[in-house]
Amino acid sequence: MSEFFNIDNINGGYHKYQVLKNVSFQIKEGEFLGIIGPNGSGKSTLLRTLSQYLKPSSGIVLYRGNDLYTMAQKEIARDFAFVPQDTVFNFSFTVWEIVLMGRIPYLRRMQSETRQDFEKAKEAMRITDTLKLNDRQVNELSAGERQMVIIAKALAQEPKALFLDEPTSHLDIGHQVQILNLLKELNQKQKITVIIVLHDLNLASEYCDRILLLNNGSVHKIGEPQRVLTYQTIEEVYKTLVIVNKNPITGNPHILLVRKEKT
Amino acid sequence: MGLFAGAGLAVAGVIFQGILRNPLAEPYVLGVSSGASLGAVLALFFNLSMEFLPITAFLGAGLTMFLVYNLAKINGKVSTQGLLLSGVILGAIFSSLLLFFVSISPNEAMHGITWWLLGSLQVFDLKLLISVVILITSGICIAIYFGRDLNAISLGEEEAYHLGINVETVKKILFVVASLITGSIVCVCGIIGFVGLIIPHAVRLIVGSDHKLVLPASAISAGAFLILADTISRTIMPPVEIPIGVITALIGGPIFIILLRKKQKAPFN
Repeated sequence: MSEFFNIDNINGGYHKYQVLKNVSFQIKEGEFLGIIGPNGSGKSTLLRTLSQYLKPSSGIVLYRGNDLYTMAQKEIARDFAFVPQDTVFNFSFTVWEIVLMGRIPYLRRMQSETRQDFEKAKEAMRITDTLKLNDRQVNELSAGERQMVIIAKALAQEPKALFLDEPTSHLDIGHQVQILNLLKELNQKQKITVIIVLHDLNLASEYCDRILLLNNGSVHKIGEPQRVLTYQTIEEVYKTLVIVNKNPITGNPHILLVRKEKT
Repeated sequence: MGLFAGAGLAVAGVIFQGILRNPLAEPYVLGVSSGASLGAVLALFFNLSMEFLPITAFLGAGLTMFLVYNLAKINGKVSTQGLLLSGVILGAIFSSLLLFFVSISPNEAMHGITWWLLGSLQVFDLKLLISVVILITSGICIAIYFGRDLNAISLGEEEAYHLGINVETVKKILFVVASLITGSIVCVCGIIGFVGLIIPHAVRLIVGSDHKLVLPASAISAGAFLILADTISRTIMPPVEIPIGVITALIGGPIFIILLRKKQKAPFN
């Protein structure tokens, strides 16, 4: 597999706060990479930096061999799509209008959408099962439906890489699994690289090819779930006592919490 | 003039609402109109010629916008409460400054200004009128040109960035356009409040939220609305003419309160 992302010794964050410290790793094309770590460890910062939105104060990120931060924003918007934790809608756009916005990177100003754009938007809605919501207003949808619409918008961008920042934290397990199954399917069938920040270690274990564990802005460990999700590592980083079992069906690590008075 | 003033006020309102992601934003509520009127009064106070009026009004509007936006921004986030509070307070400060300059002015004509400030569509200078009409019309065209960008920005700045939109540049251009429109209207018509709030709100109920439609539809309806309000102001108690700003505020104020209440009750904001 070719090298998709090459992150070389980046430091960065927001104006005053240096969140990321000497972060280096690679991402392969077609990979399903999970980013985990305690609160404030820099997961979202790393995701925003990789998606070009934040520029690191030092270090290099190569995307397909090019310096990511000198690439045109519009070009990047045709390759990357971003799904935040939740989107607040202050205006009553319809679902169709939102999904169609995913075609903006392909349009010039004042140019109206072509048939092809409509087709791509419809296709994205078919994949995410949101066609039935077509005429509904986004601010009237449930959190799960809303997140599916945002994913549909992202897919309408025809991304090569999909960035997701805890996309399932507000959702019940039914919707969580529905979204992650969908992402896995897109990853396997359409070879979309998925880079996802997850809080839930078991979800990360089940779905990710590799997991990057951040601690205090540095890469603590990166590798297959079995290598990263060991009880020693989790206790060290999260300062929490856990038992790591195996999921009886998939064989992936399964993390169990232990109540204090039982320890 | 009513047509252009209404259209401009509505478009400036839609721009502020889209960029600030807040359907309650409006030139009057944000204090931008007061800032513009202070700018205009300062030009009169220092006896600058008429051509400078739109420029100083624009500077006043732009400066107010800049201040309100940065006062309301806490940790990079602009809240509804922050915007409304800083807008109202800056608006009050600028109105007081304006009255201060009017009262210390030796120029007798300045005292008539308070009346003008309540909003009037009577035109007193043809050259000024022409330049203002050109400014408003081109401002509206620029806003429509950026309609799709405004759609994306109204979802969130980060979202817009990921759709390939140069958020900072678009924001600056549109803030300048909105300030220019507000400034031009204020120096001809005084402060006409709430038009930029009620009309876009009503228009969205009919055409939806797509700014490519909301902008032109609001411009046309607000133009018509202001002509109507002007007619009312002239005919309701003849021969007395009620300032048009009074009419729009009496209609718009209660609607604003209803909207604010509704927004506070909404689960997500």
